[in-house]
Amino acid sequence: MSENIVSVNNLSVSFDYQENFLSKKQKIKAVNNINIKIKKGSFFGLVGESGSGKTTLGRAILGANKISQGNVIFHDDERDYDLTTITSREMKDYRKKAQLIFQDPYAALSPRMTVRDIIAEPLEVMKITNSRQETDEKVREIASKCRLNLEHLRRYPHAFSGGQRQRISIARALVSNPKFIVADESVAALDVSIQADILNLLKQLQNELNLTYLFISHDLSVVAHVCDIVAVMYLGHIVEMAPSRKLFSNPKHPYTKALLSSIPSIDPENKSKAIELEGEIPSAMNPPSGCVFRTRCPHASADGKEVNVEMGLVEVEPDHLVDRCGVNCG
Amino acid sequence: MSHLLEINNLDVKFDTDEGRITAIDNVSLTLDQGRVLGIVGESGSGKSVTAKSIMQLNPGNTIYNDNAEIIIDGENVLKFTSKNDLKKIRGGKVSMIFQEPMASFAPAIKIGSQMVEQLMLHKPLDKKEAKNISIDMLNRVGIADAEKRFNQYAFELSGGMRQRAMIAMALSTMPKLLLADEPTTALDVTIQAQVINLMKDIIKEFNMGVIFITHDLGVIAQVADDVAVMYLGSVVEQGPVNEILKNPMHPYTKGLINALPDINNLDAPLTPIPGNIPSPLDRPTGCVFRTRCPHASQEGKEENIKMGLVEVKPGHWLDKCGVDCGKI
Ligand SMILES: Nc1ncnc2c1ncn2[C@@H]1O[C@H](COP(=O)(O)OP(=O)(O)OP(=O)(O)O)[C@@H](O)[C@H]1O
Ligand code: SF4
Ligand SMILES: [Mg+2]
Repeated sequence: MSENIVSVNNLSVSFDYQENFLSKKQKIKAVNNINIKIKKGSFFGLVGESGSGKTTLGRAILGANKISQGNVIFHDDERDYDLTTITSREMKDYRKKAQLIFQDPYAALSPRMTVRDIIAEPLEVMKITNSRQETDEKVREIASKCRLNLEHLRRYPHAFSGGQRQRISIARALVSNPKFIVADESVAALDVSIQADILNLLKQLQNELNLTYLFISHDLSVVAHVCDIVAVMYLGHIVEMAPSRKLFSNPKHPYTKALLSSIPSIDPENKSKAIELEGEIPSAMNPPSGCVFRTRCPHASADGKEVNVEMGLVEVEPDHLVDRCGVNCG
Repeated sequence: MSHLLEINNLDVKFDTDEGRITAIDNVSLTLDQGRVLGIVGESGSGKSVTAKSIMQLNPGNTIYNDNAEIIIDGENVLKFTSKNDLKKIRGGKVSMIFQEPMASFAPAIKIGSQMVEQLMLHKPLDKKEAKNISIDMLNRVGIADAEKRFNQYAFELSGGMRQRAMIAMALSTMPKLLLADEPTTALDVTIQAQVINLMKDIIKEFNMGVIFITHDLGVIAQVADDVAVMYLGSVVEQGPVNEILKNPMHPYTKGLINALPDINNLDAPLTPIPGNIPSPLDRPTGCVFRTRCPHASQEGKEENIKMGLVEVKPGHWLDKCGVDCGKI
């Protein structure tokens, strides 16, 4: 039996893009040659700025995006699911095992559904339960695990605060008893106090229910606190990956360093300046050749040799992987 | 000495279908030229309403109290009624920038035309002079190809660029007071770092007073000189940023700091503030924070106390009730 729950091998996901019907069709590579293994029981973090491909990678693992190259394997106890070749029948099973936490269920769901119906819907759609009574039991069980007030199950979600809505969303994702959860910016819109509460809840549920998370976030401080391993993405590539503590205490790639230095310190006396990156993230439609980070990298060479380098992760210390170009520039 | 901005005893209420709600309760603040006052607090604490009150941008269902004052340059803007009076503040002495720059730009008008129009409204300039100033300003905020951008629409710019253009427009009239409402919240961290550095340079160069609103204590620590912590429409603690963040005394300020994931202290647990923020329709009487405060007493004496700031150390202001609980 594999110690990993997900293996992503040389995965690329491209989208067709056409500005208008007269212009040429273009391909956007949203995710480019990604290799990751997610260990069972881990809290795997994926960080990066907007457009870096985090959501596309998460959705590809859930089977919601078409795989252009490479493969994604989900290792269940009894069998493997290969997302490249999965049949629609297998997909029905797979959906029970791998779930997404919505950012905001209220935005995604009908305001005419009660909290009970929102949480119960996956059970009904996936035909997991056989009677209303069984459904209700499962709903109540997961709702109380998510510390929702059972009295509230009959109410409509608009009446709830951001934190409560997020609990509803978590309960809905967990009701089918999945093993693997993609949490995409699940705390991004919340106030710090509610954020702390939801993060603690996710940790607690992980222990209680033996869950593995892929936790997608743009907030490095949050990721540093909850994740045990972290991959940093930039323009569709993973540029660095390491156990959390290693990554945050000893970042190696110039992009990771710049990201970390950009977090405003809560200590007013610590005015250590952010490593300012020139310009903005290039468009994924037209990414730089060679090292994708070279147009903003403070170490890019004058002779432009990064134009031709081939990207790829190298293990520089046990479990600490850095893009080759980042290794070269030291 | 007279201050650039003085807010005295401000209450703001809104008439809504569900009843009259209190958004701001007895807030007093001062700001001097060249200083940055940070306002921090969770969603709904009244940060934006405070800023909008200064600009007189609150909607028709707003009720101010009679003895409230918002004094800018010796004049109480709450007494302003004529268009001409309001013109002195909006885009004149005071400019405001927002989280979403699209809020500042009309989608169908070119960035340059809007900047020129605004400038000519407030300064005795001809079109050519206004254009020159605008392009200078776009350059100043680090926009490459300023002349080209001048002729573009806001939607054609990337998020970071738009934020810069909005700052350029807000500053072109040389306001004495800048109100910045979450100006970096929607930006990626590396772009946020660029915009924060830009704002710090500009604040110094123009010697304005700034109110910088954010829910991010890290941003406050990096840009503000002073900070006011708001909860449910009340300022509960206030003072120099270093003092307040290093020696927080109010249970709410402490709660905010303890809930924050600090990248330099990964072993610290994340401690939420218990309970939920009450609805502004059921604003607690007495101490507004009592329903969530770990120090609230059994017998409920906080229900009857009157809130108000007292100076507990030079420059460090704390709500009276916080002073009492500090002793617990
Ligand atoms: N026009 C209005 N009518 C009714 N209530 C309003 C109006 N504007 C604001 N409020 C209420 O006033 C209170 C303060 O809101 P405000 O927007 O100032 O909060 P904030 O601190 O800026 O929050 P955020 O961090 O979410 O921006 C909230 O309860 C809000 O719902
Ligand atoms: S008065 Fe009581 S409830 Fe209010 S902050 Fe102080 S201890 Fe807490
Ligand atoms: Mg606001």
